[in-house]
Amino acid sequence: MNKLIINRRRFLAGSAALGSGLMVSGCNQFDFLGQRDNPVRNVIEQANVLTYKAQRALIGDQVLAREYGQSEIRQGMKPNGSTEPTTPEYMFLRQANFEPYRLTIKGMVDREVSFSLAELRNMPARTQITRHDCVEGWSCIAKWTGTPLGPLLDQAGVKSTARFAVYHCYDNIQRTLSGDILYYTSSDLVDAYHPQSILSYGLNDQPLPVSNGAPIRLRIERALGYKQPKYLHTIELVDDLSPFGQGKGGYWEDVGYDWYGGI
Amino acid sequence: MTETTGLPPTRGPLVYRQSIWTRVTHWVWVVCLFFLLLTGLQIFNAHPALYVGQQSGFEFDNAVLRMAPVNTPDGPRGQTTIFGQTFDTTGVFGMSGTADKPAYQGFPGAVTIPSFRDLATGRVLHFFFGWIFVAALFIWFLASFINGHLRRDIIPRGGDVTGLGRDVVDHARFRFHHRRVYSPLQKLSYFTVFFILFPLIILTGLTMSPGMNASWPWLLDVFGGRQTARTIHFGSWSSWCCSSSSTC
Repeated sequence: MNKLIINRRRFLAGSAALGSGLMVSGCNQFDFLGQRDNPVRNVIEQANVLTYKAQRALIGDQVLAREYGQSEIRQGMKPNGSTEPTTPEYMFLRQANFEPYRLTIKGMVDREVSFSLAELRNMPARTQITRHDCVEGWSCIAKWTGTPLGPLLDQAGVKSTARFAVYHCYDNIQRTLSGDILYYTSSDLVDAYHPQSILSYGLNDQPLPVSNGAPIRLRIERALGYKQPKYLHTIELVDDLSPFGQGKGGYWEDVGYDWYGGI
Repeated sequence: MTETTGLPPTRGPLVYRQSIWTRVTHWVWVVCLFFLLLTGLQIFNAHPALYVGQQSGFEFDNAVLRMAPVNTPDGPRGQTTIFGQTFDTTGVFGMSGTADKPAYQGFPGAVTIPSFRDLATGRVLHFFFGWIFVAALFIWFLASFINGHLRRDIIPRGGDVTGLGRDVVDHARFRFHHRRVYSPLQKLSYFTVFFILFPLIILTGLTMSPGMNASWPWLLDVFGGRQTARTIHFGSWSSWCCSSSSTC
């Protein structure tokens, strides 16, 4: 019986040996958790669902993200991800100064609607100085001008069975041997209807530049940067995300990032 | 091995110093903090710089820490800049790995989970263990309040404040008094960890969430901006490491 009792000195020596063993071998014992289809990882990923539900319960649907003063704009908006899409559709639009561009809202709606850039610019506008938080860890404050998405969704008449909005973009975020992978992401309808969710066409009092998502970039201000789709052309209302991409609701989500993106 | 290294024969009363609640939560935290620390370094490596303020300066300089590989006449080197002072940290920070397989990253793969660059997995694990860490803390606080652990052992009282000076002197002279109650320094250490450090780690973590910023905007004001909160979050685990070694 006595042999089972571990005293403090033995314990510390043992754990130091174990700990240094782990360190020397480089912690790669846990590399299997990087496998996207690993069952242990799939269980651990459920914590992201908990985070999403907890934040939705805690944060009011209409609560605004912090808006900053003009003096907080201390630099240009840092471009990241795609900065110069090379798909033929986009290059054609860009050469035509986005004259033929149309933003389409389709899917589970009463009527499919689409708008030209001029129409979007003539709609009631909202300007907000907000902080853009990249999943990498950095932040950048900029002034965004655009028209709120909510009223446009109402024009299309979102069906009561729709649960998500999928945002389809022009940019080829990844080029593979089997073709381009186009950027897309999605949100729930709370984020789609949020008063600060604007289809932005202006950045820091200038037309939105190509590197930041021209002609239209959706802002979802209570989420990370990968939830702010650039080069947006179609918003599709759906009740299931599995038919798109790898089925996780977005390009980065398919790579393994959490779908909610609010943390 | 002689018999002297074994346990002394059991004589006298067996003293249970800690309740089952304290023991279980302790080991849950050991596992959680191991993963939180090493996945935290993985997340840091995605942007190995820390700033003061609301945003990260790309066209101005508000960085307090930066690890980066740089090209020198002698080939690539790893550099770490702290408060404007630059140090060559090749092999550890900014650049590590072997000569034929160099890794250009903040912390070396030996102290990150996974050992390769994988921010997505780092985040998945970090938030999972963050939830368990907070749940265990909640259970510990509740149990310790009910069973008197907080009042008896953690919260310093008048006698601890007056006895603090002598306890510091005793520690400095390596004169340790092992009694059934915590010494003033021990109490102070545990009190700091549970009432200052752990809440600080949790709140600065929440300050980095854009969702939480909307709900609790005061977080941004308390910590002086999201990027300052990120810097404090990074710094608080290093102070936790110090305090945990001092209470041993």
